[in-house]
Amino acid sequence: MRKFLLQNLWRPPLTVPAPAPSGQALAELGAKVDQAARQRLGRSLAIREVDAGSCNGCELEIHALNNAFYDLERFGFHFVASPRHADVLLVTGPVTVNMREALERTYAATPDPKWVVAVGDCGRDGGVFAGSYACVGGVAEVIPVDLHIPGCPPAPMQLLEGLLALLQVN
Amino acid sequence: MNTQSLQAVLDAGHPVADHRPWPRVVVTPGIWNTLIEGLASNIWTLLGLWSEAEIVHLAVREEASGMLSVASLPCPDGCFPSVGRRHPPAQRLERTITDLTGLHPVGAPDVRPWLDHGRWPVRHPLGAATAPVPPVPPYPFLPVEGESLHQIPVGPVHAGIIEPGHFRFTANGEAVARLEQRLGYVHKGIESLLKGASLEHAARLAGRVSGDSTVAYALAFARAVEAATETEIPARAHWLRALMAELERLAHHCGDIGAICNDAAFALMLAHCAVLREQILRASAACFGHRLLMDSVIPGGVATDLPADGPDILRSLVTGIRRQFPSLVTLYDNTASLQDRTVKTGFVKPALIRQFGCGGYVGRAGGRAFDARRTLGYPPYDALKFEVPLRTDSDVNGRVWLRICEVEQSLALIEQILQKLPSGPVSVALNTLGRPCEGMALIEGFRGDILVWLRLNGDGTVARCHPRDPSWFQWPLLEAAIEGNIVADFPLCNKSFNGSYSGHDL
Repeated sequence: MRKFLLQNLWRPPLTVPAPAPSGQALAELGAKVDQAARQRLGRSLAIREVDAGSCNGCELEIHALNNAFYDLERFGFHFVASPRHADVLLVTGPVTVNMREALERTYAATPDPKWVVAVGDCGRDGGVFAGSYACVGGVAEVIPVDLHIPGCPPAPMQLLEGLLALLQVN
Repeated sequence: MNTQSLQAVLDAGHPVADHRPWPRVVVTPGIWNTLIEGLASNIWTLLGLWSEAEIVHLAVREEASGMLSVASLPCPDGCFPSVGRRHPPAQRLERTITDLTGLHPVGAPDVRPWLDHGRWPVRHPLGAATAPVPPVPPYPFLPVEGESLHQIPVGPVHAGIIEPGHFRFTANGEAVARLEQRLGYVHKGIESLLKGASLEHAARLAGRVSGDSTVAYALAFARAVEAATETEIPARAHWLRALMAELERLAHHCGDIGAICNDAAFALMLAHCAVLREQILRASAACFGHRLLMDSVIPGGVATDLPADGPDILRSLVTGIRRQFPSLVTLYDNTASLQDRTVKTGFVKPALIRQFGCGGYVGRAGGRAFDARRTLGYPPYDALKFEVPLRTDSDVNGRVWLRICEVEQSLALIEQILQKLPSGPVSVALNTLGRPCEGMALIEGFRGDILVWLRLNGDGTVARCHPRDPSWFQWPLLEAAIEGNIVADFPLCNKSFNGSYSGHDL
């Protein structure tokens, strides 16, 4: 193990440079984010991920945000285990009917001020699952959404651009 | 005890025309009961159990002869003899059948709903589709009795970045006396969406049954469609599909090895394995245009050919992993504090694995040598050299090592594929038979064997499609694996199984 740790001292980092925040996301957020909330939360945001019926593709790419290439924590974002600790809910999936109440309760358990980011094409409008008896179709049908990050699934870079926009908006 | 061969038993039924590549036979209740006996005495393995509005289908495989077949029992009065009564692996499948079509398994030991949580706007969506009858009583969990027991309810929203499901632990101090799973939270009604869908849309849906197995599902769906329509695809398409399937297996095995160690608080492995995984996803995107390879396998072939620089990208990927991976394996093997957590944790009895016909790394770490790539030998695996790693320790450590061995096999497979990749077109137009036809495929995903059965309409749209995830036969064994272990080892056991919620809930 010592060898691993020593090697890493001499190697250049794998981490990619920070992308510019997504212009589209900035526009969507511009009107929504309260400056007071922004000042209170500062540049450190706690994220609670909620799978509301995704195929698990989005989860794979959200996981990737934590790897050495994207290193989400350098921007002050970190994933937390409880909505009680969260500033941001990162919601995936077309919101299945069976997950609707769990999502509502998770939202209610998240203290204000809070933001909701709907991830993926399913989170926007149900995606390929739209129209099913078992799906509500879109996170915004259930809880207020501040930002959509489209994609099936969005690549980590797209997720990063969207999340950085959250930090940039004043 | 049944001594007849599967062939002899099914010869008494009526074979259905246009079902390929294996036969489908309409059977009488008598034959159905013989099949149940054969399953219960472990002569045959249950591959799937699903239904339509008035008929129930049972896919079985005979281990000795390798014969695979579907038996279909018409249920004019809405009932069929329960398979789960004698063969527990069928129980959750039967509860699902009742939820989705309203057919009733007579004599079933567990008649609680499974996927239907009483919230859908419709009852029996694949059957009579009637209005729901509120209010629904609370779900009755199985009773656990004894002194000093306490319960820990977990989920559906979990602490990590994982899918939703509910786990009800009953523990005595630290030791788990019983775990009961409650799934169905991510039921999306995929089978209903598939009904009437165009092949193009259905292939996209199939590729999203479980996002982590998108190549495997798209491949199973495509092969079932090609079997139904008697379409021969070009050789290069077969080989590119296998290339994609091995990239998918490689990425998830690397990710899983790291994630299992991380659940024992050994974050160093996760950090390094996640780098390998990212390199694989980037190479996949560079070669085929999508990190997870979604929509890359289509009925008739593959969507994109390997670009000119593809072989070089993949060869340097393989070289890179070959350079980095062995030292990670050594790190895993030499860290006693980590081994202390994984060895003998989450043991699954090999007899249970056989009974459940459990595939993938869970099955092969517990002595069941089934790998659809080898056992069925679909192309191009019949022309490739690889080993099917097998272990008998059947614990978390065994499942980690099985993945390690499979990583090495997949690397060798990718090299062979690049070396022997035939030239030519990568897709072909599907035959149009102009009449209903049925097809089936069983292929090996990273998690285990995925079954897809479908019937196409004369116009080429999907009449009915049933995808069966390997998790159906793995989730129940997790309940058995955790028994007697401490609660804190559940994440380790769970991650070593890495069951799919989405693939199971459909």
